[in-house]
Amino acid sequence: MSEATKTTRRQFLKGAGAAALATYGICNLPQSVFAEGSSTGACVDPVSILIDVSRCQGCDSCALACKEANQLPLTENPPSKLDADTYTFVDRREVTLENGESATRYVKRGCMHCLNASCVSACPAAAMYKTEEGPIYYRANRCLGCRYCQMGCPFSVPQFDWNNGLSPEISKCWMCYDRLEEGEQPACVDSCPTGAIRFGHRSRLLAGAHARIESNPDHYVDHVYGEHEVGGTAVLYISDVPFDQLGLPTDLPTTAPPEETEKIMTKLPFVIGGLAVALTGTAAWTHRHEHETEITEE
Amino acid sequence: MFTTPIPWLVLALSIGIPILFIVGMRYIASHAGSRTTRVASITRGGRRARSLSIPLPRVNVKRLLVVGILGLGALVILMRFIFGIGPVSNMSDSFPWGIWIGLDVMGGVALAAGAFVIAGSAHIFGVKKLEPLVRPAILTGFLGYLLVVCGLVVDLGRPYNIWRPLVHWQHYSVMWEVGLCVFTYTVVLFIEFLPVILERINGFEAIATRLPTVPLYKFLRKISIIFVILGVILSTLHQSSLGSLWVLMPTKLDPLWYSIYLPVFFWLSAIAIGLTMTIVESTLSSRAFGHGLETDLLAGLAKWAVIVLGIYLVARFADLIMRGAWPLLFEPSVQAYAFWLEIGVGVIVPMILFSRRSWRENPRILFTGAAMVVLGFIINRLNIATVGMWEWSGVRYLPSWMEVSVSLALVTLGVLVFALAAKYLPVFSEEHG
Repeated sequence: MSEATKTTRRQFLKGAGAAALATYGICNLPQSVFAEGSSTGACVDPVSILIDVSRCQGCDSCALACKEANQLPLTENPPSKLDADTYTFVDRREVTLENGESATRYVKRGCMHCLNASCVSACPAAAMYKTEEGPIYYRANRCLGCRYCQMGCPFSVPQFDWNNGLSPEISKCWMCYDRLEEGEQPACVDSCPTGAIRFGHRSRLLAGAHARIESNPDHYVDHVYGEHEVGGTAVLYISDVPFDQLGLPTDLPTTAPPEETEKIMTKLPFVIGGLAVALTGTAAWTHRHEHETEITEE
Repeated sequence: MFTTPIPWLVLALSIGIPILFIVGMRYIASHAGSRTTRVASITRGGRRARSLSIPLPRVNVKRLLVVGILGLGALVILMRFIFGIGPVSNMSDSFPWGIWIGLDVMGGVALAAGAFVIAGSAHIFGVKKLEPLVRPAILTGFLGYLLVVCGLVVDLGRPYNIWRPLVHWQHYSVMWEVGLCVFTYTVVLFIEFLPVILERINGFEAIATRLPTVPLYKFLRKISIIFVILGVILSTLHQSSLGSLWVLMPTKLDPLWYSIYLPVFFWLSAIAIGLTMTIVESTLSSRAFGHGLETDLLAGLAKWAVIVLGIYLVARFADLIMRGAWPLLFEPSVQAYAFWLEIGVGVIVPMILFSRRSWRENPRILFTGAAMVVLGFIINRLNIATVGMWEWSGVRYLPSWMEVSVSLALVTLGVLVFALAAKYLPVFSEEHG
């Protein structure tokens, strides 16, 4: 049984890897990496990660694999929070089960790779930008260090290097974009021994998540976290305990916050045009007599 | 007392450097001829002493205080660039924006609003009697923006990339709009203020005959209306965009302040601040430089301020009621108190003080009311950046003394430059030509 499951898992992973490769072909990867950032440039079906909280045993393999893959110093073992050197960590949460018993749940936290991301919309220089494949990527050489991405992120994921005077950088998960380019999976997914973290296309993972919930409705909470939160995220969670107990923000709107600011930004041309016409007209009207006197003087 | 050694270093240097300075000056004075030796040599030989005799500026408490504040601020800025923002501030990943944004940038831009309000009223809407107030208002605005740029250079992690929004256009990003507006409006304010500098230069015949400053002056006077219109448009964009910044944080900013109409509120309040800041600045400079106070003119501004404040008040409360957030106003929370403080100080009390003509025309009441509006809206900006973010972040951020010292130094620098400009440039008297 377990052998069979393993095989299917491996097959699934291989399939996802191949699918990811196929996407790169379509999305034309080499160009997209160096293209200007765009908040609407999301691929129709982004690559995603599905985390099943009920399957996580809290071994911290993912957090440690992340450190190794991204060559980040291991400042704390195991990592207990996001910081300038930590892209992901496993959050230990004491929860109360339905039968009143208390238990521990392990929640892998990190960038959610929102479909319409606040950090990308916030960035004034496209340092934070969304690749066509979905992962959100940070380019330090463009960054001003204004930290508006930190302010904007509904999950407070981007971290700043507060102890660097001249060239601090923002740190966050980039879904191992370099590994994806090689056709591999993100390091955290690869390292997970229990299959709690899955990688693949979002539509497939979503369908899989719903199928898993339907096949075991007594076990799972009937909600895929990230399906609709802030307009949808590329990192999805399913769980056997309510999400408010897992430390994930549950008061999020279903529309992406950038939609609100984009509404404002798209009105600006009309504000500029309207003001330019109105003010020039007014100025011409109030100065009309001055012009007449000038002419008579001449 | 402090968890990191940096504050100690700042303290040690801020005590050590003045001591070294005083000791050094005494050494120079005793070896290179002081005032007394110079006087003695003149009387003795009837000839100027050949030794170095720079007249040192007189030392008094006020000057020492200014030098002290500026020196401390400069030291903290030095520390910030050596050790990072973390060790000198109370900012953290939980609270990434502090008073350098909340006060220096958001407050500084608001206080600069007088430039577009007064210049726009006088030159676009033809309120000619405001003419004497235009130059001081533009100077205040220009200095305000220079300070905002200074504040940004300190607060930005990588300030050498400050030009990037000009090149990489991100028309979805509010911060991009902010960046673009800071740059362009600072340039526009400089061009608006340039005739004042040119007038002074043209006074020196030696320079005026060699450089084309006279034709430049005439040209700028001729096209000045373009820059006034540009100034109003850019100010409208910039003032409102500082409110739009917070629209991206629906779950983070406290519902007492969060609204999709924040850009409108910021713009309306900027007009109120523009009017009242002009009253404050005129009153203060009339005292400092001993020229007359145009009380009837300023009372007229106060009358307009009442109207703008009234619209603002109705809009704020209508918004709170429509969003259903009004019950929060009556909860015993720090947020509710902070809200009532900003509305009480900045809007309600000044509206009462300005409501009667006889009160408005009393210079003391006029000044008090105007100063309250300015203070109230500084509190408003600070509330949004600090108290409004407390609940979500779980961190009760208050600035560190080093953050405060930088802000204080920047404000002091602004006042100092204003005083110098008012002394040496024709800011208060326009030569019509």
